Amino acid sequence: MTFLERTTDARKLRHWEGNMEADYIYTSGVAGERFFVALRDQGKMLASRCAACGLDYLPARLFCEDCFAELTEFVDVPQEGRVAGLTVAHLDREGVRLSRPQVWAFVTFQGIRGGLVHRLLVPPGRARVGLAVRPKLKAREDRVGAITDIEGFEPVGS
Amino acid sequence: MSERITKWPGVELSAADLSEGKVTQTRFRPNAKYAWSAGEAMSRFLAELQDGRLIARTCHSCKRTLFPPRMFCEECFRPTDTWTYIQDTGTIETFSVSYLDTDAKRIPDPILVGVISLDGASPKMGMMHYFGEMTKEEIRIGMRVKAVWKPWEERRGSVLDIKYFAPLPEGKK
Amino acid sequence: MKTVGVIGAGMTLFRRRLQETGKEMCFEATKMALDSAGLTRADVDMVVNGTAPDAFDGVHMKGEYLADGCGGYRKPYTRVFTGGGTGVFSTIAGWWHVASGLADVVLVVNEEKMSSCQPHPQSVFAHIWDPILDRPLKPNLVWIFAMEMNRYMHVHGVKKEDIARVAVKNKRNAVGHPCAQLADPNITVDDVLASEVMAWPVQRLDISPPSDGASAVVLASEDFIRRRKIKDRAWISGVGWCIDSTMWTDRDLYFPEYVARAAKQAYKMAKISDPRRQIDFAEPYDPFDYKELHHLEGLLLARKGEAPILTREGVTERDGDLPVCPSGGLMGVGNPIAATMGQKIGELFWQLTNQAGKRQIPQEVHTGVAQAWGDLMQYGSVVVMSS
Repeated sequence: MTFLERTTDARKLRHWEGNMEADYIYTSGVAGERFFVALRDQGKMLASRCAACGLDYLPARLFCEDCFAELTEFVDVPQEGRVAGLTVAHLDREGVRLSRPQVWAFVTFQGIRGGLVHRLLVPPGRARVGLAVRPKLKAREDRVGAITDIEGFEPVGS
Repeated sequence: MSERITKWPGVELSAADLSEGKVTQTRFRPNAKYAWSAGEAMSRFLAELQDGRLIARTCHSCKRTLFPPRMFCEECFRPTDTWTYIQDTGTIETFSVSYLDTDAKRIPDPILVGVISLDGASPKMGMMHYFGEMTKEEIRIGMRVKAVWKPWEERRGSVLDIKYFAPLPEGKK
Repeated sequence: MKTVGVIGAGMTLFRRRLQETGKEMCFEATKMALDSAGLTRADVDMVVNGTAPDAFDGVHMKGEYLADGCGGYRKPYTRVFTGGGTGVFSTIAGWWHVASGLADVVLVVNEEKMSSCQPHPQSVFAHIWDPILDRPLKPNLVWIFAMEMNRYMHVHGVKKEDIARVAVKNKRNAVGHPCAQLADPNITVDDVLASEVMAWPVQRLDISPPSDGASAVVLASEDFIRRRKIKDRAWISGVGWCIDSTMWTDRDLYFPEYVARAAKQAYKMAKISDPRRQIDFAEPYDPFDYKELHHLEGLLLARKGEAPILTREGVTERDGDLPVCPSGGLMGVGNPIAATMGQKIGELFWQLTNQAGKRQIPQEVHTGVAQAWGDLMQYGSVVVMSS
């Protein structure tokens, strides 16, 4: 059974427009604060260590998702990582065509659980899974303690 | 164990910790725009508002005249049956004198707003709207009111085609 | 149906702003609840998360985002949401898991990080209103409370002083709560009545402001509790929940019929025929002071219009005949929407197992009721617990 009356002239159907106004500030959190302060001040990435499970988590986190222990030990992430997966983006977030395609990659590090999604600073033709890369940081004075303190990942030796 | 727990977790921050960047943070402003389809009942309702009329839907099963109008009766769970014009007069069921705008910012001149049960709709059925031509001292629950419409050329097919509800003098319709 | 008990509870501080991420808050509350029950994550069969609209935290699919902090990693996991009603409803969802026999141990974890939303969560609260009927009027969420409060006052001839007594009682009760954001041992009725008018009849101290926080409880089957010889437990003896239409301008706001229906469902299950006599204390949802009164009547613990009189006579004080919000409630402890499970279900557990410390009700209590409320003045969730 459906409605007994139905508009057949689509011009009579109306719609109402609006937007959702909202601004957000996300705190980095307790473990995130350690991670981002180290990135900003020392230019290095930290992982949090779960000794019980033998796991080093990147990004650093407050707890082990497996054994549920609070993690208080932090270790340096190796300087060199590898591209585990990638995509070449031709459109921006709004669906507008980019003037030049961008490469985005998931970068992992040996012995580290997790990884980071970031820009891969190579032309699409040179992007490949397995590529050895390292983070390219902004200058110290430009770093604010956010993931964008890393400009992207560039091939090792470039 | 409430009594035996010694450390209750949580690191309190002040507004300044965020605004002055004393802790690291990431900011984001979503760009979310919507166009809500008004559907059958609301499309007709909005069109009628533009003509200066209020319309409801009647359910022949429970005999209620449902306002705001809808194409199904939530109680009988069947399609409603007929369009029914109702009056633009009614009774203040409740109200507030608001010194807050939509973003919780303070405003000097309060907004009078409330719920009006409308004549011709089933009891207690009505809508939220503003009140005008009365002071915050005069407004009261049970007061009879009538819609004050915008001039025809300013109406857009919106609840704002009614400017507000104003006092209805005794004995008037 | 299996009998289900609450065997542990935990919560974070409730504050306007916490540094912890949502996940981290969940972890802290969950870890505390597990520790208090003497269990580890390995003992947990399934996990339920309760949290309000994604727009407060500013994270879509918030349930999934919070999962690891809730102990849900690689386990059967569900997020539930019934507006403010989530504060008690998520425990009902957890109860399904155990009562059905599907699980022995279930974690229920509720979270809200409202400080993410800038400058005030009010900007996204606006989006609970109907986009066509209500939102063009640029409503503020406080309006619906103000209109409901005014209607309630009008129908029963309630004075603002009698409503302010609830704010005073709860903010004083919260003095004994280690997580409280709004405790005040010296607050008076005059302070409430003199506070800034926001949307009359609502004044600043009639409201519980937004907070960050998380809370968690551990539910277990009777078999598990007996097998593990767990001593600190309180049984869930009845659950009920009910929703009214979002057409809130179509009903008389003076009485929450949906709460009464939810309460009747829970009481029937708990074999309670005379709630006023059989229930020893209550934790009704009190995001505004008048809501405690409104809900006491909805819970059938007071006749219509009687709750302000009981309050004035001291019946609802912690040492009264029917203690109400001995935790300090939302008015005193804070209002991180779903996480208020800590003052509702958590408090019932702590009171019934004699662990509430400074907040412990002086007389012996055996049966308590918790209730939450939400959406467009339309949702009620009720849990009855017994020692």
